Amino acid sequence: MIDRKHIGTSLPTATLEIEKGRLRFFAKAIGETDPVYVDERAAKEAGYRSLPVPPTFIIAVELDANTLFPALQNIGVNLSRILHGEQQFSYFDTICAGDTITVESRFADIFDKKNGALEFVVKESTVTNQHGKRVAEMRSVIAIRN
Amino acid sequence: MSCPSFADVTVGDTLPPIELSALDRTTLALFAGASGDHMPLHIDVDVARKAGMPDVFGHGMLSLAQLGRLITGWAPQNRLRRLSARFVGITHLGNAITCTGKVVEKLERDGEKLVRIEIQAANQFGEIKTAGDALVALP
Repeated sequence: MIDRKHIGTSLPTATLEIEKGRLRFFAKAIGETDPVYVDERAAKEAGYRSLPVPPTFIIAVELDANTLFPALQNIGVNLSRILHGEQQFSYFDTICAGDTITVESRFADIFDKKNGALEFVVKESTVTNQHGKRVAEMRSVIAIRN
Repeated sequence: MSCPSFADVTVGDTLPPIELSALDRTTLALFAGASGDHMPLHIDVDVARKAGMPDVFGHGMLSLAQLGRLITGWAPQNRLRRLSARFVGITHLGNAITCTGKVVEKLERDGEKLVRIEIQAANQFGEIKTAGDALVALP
């Protein structure tokens, strides 16, 4: 069982400069063909400063910084047993290529079901841009199959 | 892109669905690289089998990215206020996923007119893999 004392633990701050090439790669991977996501001129015509960051891409900030998986291991999670249970995003402003995004997270809850056969770690994150403006919030539930 | 107007949208309206081809290993490899999720469970069959899985399988976030496309193909992304999902089933190789959405509520909050859209991703056998909702502000 994961020690409940880790509830409230903060993860290391993660920062990512969002690059156009990475966003085009992401668009290819998910089959996105809307020119707004791959052609900067189309993006600007649609009112964006540059290529908009697709709604779910910001998960990459902590993955690239490699802060999430080590933090899970540090609290005793076996990474080969994890599944993504739930994910929620709230958006307050658009994020575009060229922005530098910072994610600050903490483990907001840890609980179990079925007498520990399934455990859950809840991570809550605040996402800010290079101007210090809060642009999004994220909530993730990670399930561990014991 | 044109944006649906709040007045023209009715509870029960459906979004144009996205029909994906059968999930393959190439897609998993590309998504691992592009998303930054390098967990070997999704790209290395040896690791997946050691973890008790029959094979590699789809990232939940790949499924949610497709549901994001469903929304942003209907209304511009700067109208999206919330995207939320539960990953209720594993998407296996060969699963052909269809993403669907239905307007279930019209509401006003913080001076904005919003619609709540129930979204889901299901395979060719009708098994739901990802289910959730989105809040979209409309003019």
